[in-house]
Amino acid sequence: MNRRNFIKIVSFGGAVTVATKLSIDAFSGTNANQHSGKRWAMVIDTRKCIAQGGECRKCIEACNDSHNIPKFENPKDEIHWIWKDKFKNAFITSENHYLPQKLNEQKVLLLCNHCDNPPCTNVCPTKATWKRDDGIVMMDWHRCIGCRYCIAACPYGSRSFNWRDPRQNIGNLRDDYPARTKGVVEKCTFCDELIARGGMPACVSACEEGALRFGDLNNPDSDVRKILLDNFSIRRKPELGTSPEVYYIV
Amino acid sequence: MYDTMKILFGLFLFVAFFTAPLWFNSFGTPDYKPEIVYPENYDECIASKEYMNHYHMNILDDWRDQVVRADIRFFVKDGSPYLINGEKAQMSLSHTCMKCHDNKSEFCDRCHDYLAVKPYCWDCHVAPEEVKK
Repeated sequence: MNRRNFIKIVSFGGAVTVATKLSIDAFSGTNANQHSGKRWAMVIDTRKCIAQGGECRKCIEACNDSHNIPKFENPKDEIHWIWKDKFKNAFITSENHYLPQKLNEQKVLLLCNHCDNPPCTNVCPTKATWKRDDGIVMMDWHRCIGCRYCIAACPYGSRSFNWRDPRQNIGNLRDDYPARTKGVVEKCTFCDELIARGGMPACVSACEEGALRFGDLNNPDSDVRKILLDNFSIRRKPELGTSPEVYYIV
Repeated sequence: MYDTMKILFGLFLFVAFFTAPLWFNSFGTPDYKPEIVYPENYDECIASKEYMNHYHMNILDDWRDQVVRADIRFFVKDGSPYLINGEKAQMSLSHTCMKCHDNKSEFCDRCHDYLAVKPYCWDCHVAPEEVKK
């Protein structure tokens, strides 16, 4: 083979490769992008929670009830999607000294932060958890193999593992949402099943004080954007680079 | 070879005995067929009875992937949303299938038990009769 023919063959091969790649890209992924442009986020106004005396659990109960979440006495077996902890534990890396004692001891609502850069999804070996294009860090329990890498990766303790069969410990079993099995990790999904039908997450609907607000951060007219414009807000452990999307007003 | 006839006869008996159920079922009518209770108040399903008999598991598998992974919730048939009682049908075992076929033990289980298949849908998903009314 002479030099001239060799170059002809190689360039033809290259052209075919590029054309194939372009046509595959053009015909694939036609329906995977249906919520693009949205960025779901939540704002929690802890002042309104505190005004209720800190004992209000309506949002937690609404979540537990609508998602078949089991109740275990042993805290090691606990399953939580939205729960409460003291401010000083939740914002443990906050570097402000001499915060008011009352604030430090105050319980705040915690849930999955649906990070923009979620460390949990990167370590999942089966893609059972992944970030949707509307920002929801989603779970596919069909695929979860229970390796618990995501629990190790999450800096917020948002994920729970089913060490025991949850079925017997679900108080009010309902058939419009699946339960889980032993050996599966679970967490908050921003009620993807409700927002798909134009609704609000169960915790947000349950809060009569309006302490929980949910909306699209990419829409400048949304509730959450307006609240964030008008109030100073903080996020949990932002220095980790996970970019959490649950904002707290204190 | 010694005792050829005896051995062949023994082999024939052995094969005939162990394949007997097969012959009975292929040349006669099977003695037992699972009795499935169909819902009374509905007369249409998302597909024909024959199709559902053979492919319901593939439909459910496909629905699962579309709903959970792509967030596509509603069932589209022949290019338009499929309606049940005027409402868009969700691609959902609990919200769509079990709303009509609300008796798992007399619908799903009878066939599955007969065929010795154990689908793990119900490890997580909750059948209507499990709910305390």
